[in-house]
Amino acid sequence: MERHFVHDLDELKQRLLWMGSLAERAVHQAVHSVLDADEHLAESVLSEEDAINEMQIEIDDRVQRLLALQAPMAADLRFLLAVSRINGDLERIGDQAVNVAHSAMRVLRHPQVKPYVDLPRMSELAESMVRDSLNALVRGDQDLAQSVLQRDDQVDRLRDQLFRELLTYMMENSAVVFAAFELIMVAKNLERIGDHATNIAEDVIYFIAGRDVRHPALDRR
Amino acid sequence: MASPAHEKMNSHSARIAPPVRNGDSIAAGQQKEARLRFQISNLDFFYGAKQAVYGLNLNIPANKVTALIGPSGCGKSTFLRNLNRMNETIRNSRYTGQILLDGQDIKRMDVVNLRRRVGMVFQRPNPFAKSIFENVAYGLRINGYKGRLSELVEHSLRRAALWEEVKDHLHKSAFALSGGQQQRLCIARALAVDPEVLLLDEPCSALDPVTTAKIEELMFHLKDSCTMVIVTHNMQQAARASDYTAFMLDGHLIEHNDTSKLFTTPTDHRTEAYITGRFG
Repeated sequence: MERHFVHDLDELKQRLLWMGSLAERAVHQAVHSVLDADEHLAESVLSEEDAINEMQIEIDDRVQRLLALQAPMAADLRFLLAVSRINGDLERIGDQAVNVAHSAMRVLRHPQVKPYVDLPRMSELAESMVRDSLNALVRGDQDLAQSVLQRDDQVDRLRDQLFRELLTYMMENSAVVFAAFELIMVAKNLERIGDHATNIAEDVIYFIAGRDVRHPALDRR
Repeated sequence: MASPAHEKMNSHSARIAPPVRNGDSIAAGQQKEARLRFQISNLDFFYGAKQAVYGLNLNIPANKVTALIGPSGCGKSTFLRNLNRMNETIRNSRYTGQILLDGQDIKRMDVVNLRRRVGMVFQRPNPFAKSIFENVAYGLRINGYKGRLSELVEHSLRRAALWEEVKDHLHKSAFALSGGQQQRLCIARALAVDPEVLLLDEPCSALDPVTTAKIEELMFHLKDSCTMVIVTHNMQQAARASDYTAFMLDGHLIEHNDTSKLFTTPTDHRTEAYITGRFG
């Protein structure tokens, strides 16, 4: 007979994945409101922010209840600790998407500064990191989680590249400063989304293998 | 907290590092430095023809609490009773292998002296049909203690966190005490002869949560002067009150590690299944 606790853990995982899909969609819509010059997408992100915040509170409540009532051990305990931290990262990803949506609304008031080349690549990369970190949780796939960590450097490089490029546009033509600055902010937010996805992947590795990989430079004797 | 009358002779205690698994945590690393009270190697135990413990190897560090967990009938109480040769009272029982207490083979020790050094507290409080005072003084009398009994009785009752509750009723029957008080009286009785080790066989299974918390707090404070080995079915208790935990199954020691490590990242899938309640 399956214990009720196992059912509760599974339900919690489903809720977390649902929150993950909301955060992922918010990022996609926010960036595409810039790329496709579609303000409706940005408005949609803003209107759905509350849903992500409500999910955060619901998931926290579930985790607290299970910790208090079930006194979980081993993998169950690691899962609940990981979910609690992932929950916070997903909510922050939602916040970053909102920032991008606000930037999008401001960018769209100006002519396009440049053809978008790196921004879609960066967005795809950051979105794939969020998606794969959650897939790693579902499948218990440590290798997939590890691959997310490796992608973080690529996102950082794209942000630096985009920053340098936009700087040249701003130096050449002061009329584009406002829009270019907003694009830099979009890149900055995407980079932060990559960081949150990295946190999630680290928590997934902790859940699967019990290894804390957050700060490899620290000597954990 | 050991009384001056009972300064212990630990100079001959072994300082041999126990086996440490790869990836062991900080505390396990510290165990390498810990002095060992018991070193058990290749222990097989038999009730007649039936073997109850198989090839058990375990080091028990001094001044720490080691918890033994595992399903009913896995051999944990049998193993515990080996540590002060209590199993010898069972007919046809025998063990092979070696149990060293401070480097000395317990088989070669005088059993009365062994049980003075390795005290025991059982699941059900078992005070004698005597007064509270006499329960504690009894062990001292039969050990020929010549000092002031009243001082040592008070000292033992204080160590068992019972003095304040009984100091005005020392000559009342021990049976007038509550279950939790009786259990602490049994601990005081065991402590009176100043053992180096206290074996606790499910000492809280008949107690309410408040009294259980008192016993656990008491264990925490006794660590300064005593090594403890506790058998418990309550995994939360093992997680709260012990430094090291050993998981036994069908007479075999499956895993022994820092308590924090064993309850968060056990290395054996059977330990994982047991502590997460997915056993069998």
